[in-house]
Amino acid sequence: MSALNDLTAHELSELLGKREASAREVLEATCARIDEVEDNLAAYLLLTREEAERQASAVDERRARGEDLPALAGVPLALKDIFCTKGIETTCGSRILKGFVPPYDADVVERCRENGLVLVGKTNMDEFAMGSSTENSAFGVTHNPWDLERVPGGSSGGSAAAAAASSTIVALGTDTGGSIRQPASFCGVVGLKPTYGRISRYGVVAFASSLDQVGAITKDVRDCALMLNVLAGHDPRDSTSIAAPAPDYTRALVSELAGMRVGLVKEFMEYQGVGVDREVGAAVRGAVERFHELGAECGEVSLPHLNYSIPVYYLIAPAEASSNLARYDGVQYGYRTPEEGAADIIEMYRKTRDDGFGPEVKRRIMLGTYALSAGYYDAYYLKASQVRGLIRRDFDRAFEQYDILVGPTSPTVAFRLGEKTEDPIAMYLSDVCTIPVNMGGLPGMSLPCGFSPDGMPIGLQLVGRSLGEEALLRAAYAFEQTTDFHRRRAHSVRERNGRRCVVARASA
Amino acid sequence: MRLTPEQVEHVALLARLRLSEEERERFTTQLNSILEHFEQLQQLDTSGVPPMSHAVAMSNVFREDDPADPLTPEDALQNAPDRARDCFRVPRVIE
Repeated sequence: MSALNDLTAHELSELLGKREASAREVLEATCARIDEVEDNLAAYLLLTREEAERQASAVDERRARGEDLPALAGVPLALKDIFCTKGIETTCGSRILKGFVPPYDADVVERCRENGLVLVGKTNMDEFAMGSSTENSAFGVTHNPWDLERVPGGSSGGSAAAAAASSTIVALGTDTGGSIRQPASFCGVVGLKPTYGRISRYGVVAFASSLDQVGAITKDVRDCALMLNVLAGHDPRDSTSIAAPAPDYTRALVSELAGMRVGLVKEFMEYQGVGVDREVGAAVRGAVERFHELGAECGEVSLPHLNYSIPVYYLIAPAEASSNLARYDGVQYGYRTPEEGAADIIEMYRKTRDDGFGPEVKRRIMLGTYALSAGYYDAYYLKASQVRGLIRRDFDRAFEQYDILVGPTSPTVAFRLGEKTEDPIAMYLSDVCTIPVNMGGLPGMSLPCGFSPDGMPIGLQLVGRSLGEEALLRAAYAFEQTTDFHRRRAHSVRERNGRRCVVARASA
Repeated sequence: MRLTPEQVEHVALLARLRLSEEERERFTTQLNSILEHFEQLQQLDTSGVPPMSHAVAMSNVFREDDPADPLTPEDALQNAPDRARDCFRVPRVIE
């Protein structure tokens, strides 16, 4: 039998419900896994072992008393370090928030606690979620469990790497331009970014407020639906939270697709005339074949304005970020550069922000400040917002013909550490397929659809109508039932090509 | 549109960043190459297209004006880099 931490949340839920395992045992197995791989992986910034033990014991005690517990009670959870956790340091991957201890929990953290999930730690991320490789973290680099020389993707790279390495069971991330889906793709796990507003952003450190959305990273589609049941719902503390009640998403998990119309998006396969990597394109086309076999009607569709996604995103997101990050001024919380003598306050702000922010964050604050500054607003920000409207219109038209749209999650498999750090545009292009979905505020999902010849996972992206999460889950579940990609674990390929992967140390 | 190092310095002041000589040079080059890449947007005719600022159209989301327990001063100040009694302390602002 597999170790408990290798199981999915729904498998553990069943074992826990039948009392064939305890939450303490599941936690112990997960912590043992963390101890085994974390030196090589560096997925976590902080481990909360004592609190986790208390939470797990509480779940076991409640179960022993015969209480009726939520489905995921006792399941280990990792949180991207962007979620405020009461009494637990929250850095957002930035030196400027080093030592910040929030006085309250994010809405999603409250929901996870109420559902009895067991917090094992806070995971690494690109600073303020700005990045596609987790290399922009102020606190070190996270490695891809399938090949330690490669990036895990980003910005939720720590969460995706931990889920893939079974050093957590489920994880939370955030997605502003692909930060859940792209790392899920690179690490061979499932990631869902719901419709904008479906999950509360209360207590989530803000990056670009019109695009940010919370979501789960899990080992399979059923776990994804179970996590969405925990997370989705209205929150009066977030004025952009959608009031519509959330359904039971597990009801969408059926194994056939009769009548579903699936559109392969031309611009996902080819941005401005440049095609995705051959193995990625082949895996995605193979998935479309599979949808057809499952009863879906499949076709191709063009959304021409997706060819402008990168400039639109890199004007809108930095503009919003330059405003959101103005709060880091060394006054109320976070880092402050000590002043010599009677420094004036503007100099204190400037020194603090220069020392506290990393290069990519500064680059985006500069870009956003410039795009919003007098004389340039119309040419940049306004123009980008108009093209954003055209992108959404393209999606609306495509959804008149199709129920879901598909394509690759990223044009390549996980790239090598350091490969793109010196070339911002090349790094930005790794999110070319995911960014348009945030522009439209639509739900998007990534799930494994194959492996490259050198053994790296390939992600399939599904995009749905506004509040169309159930259609995504249905298509993803039906597809997953026909594959074994989701059952492969990173550590089960330790001998692959003789290259290091997460258990190299343990198996050597 | 080409950014000069002087403009970059001005933007840095607006953004309350202080850049080293080396950072100013690097950002001038990088921002110019990014903005050049973005010039393609100008080719697109967007006359009459309303700007989209949010994914979900909403306006005036109200809630009841119910008092709730605020953070205590101690909770609010626990992360302050510098404090004096129940205040955040900053360098002198008014002469």
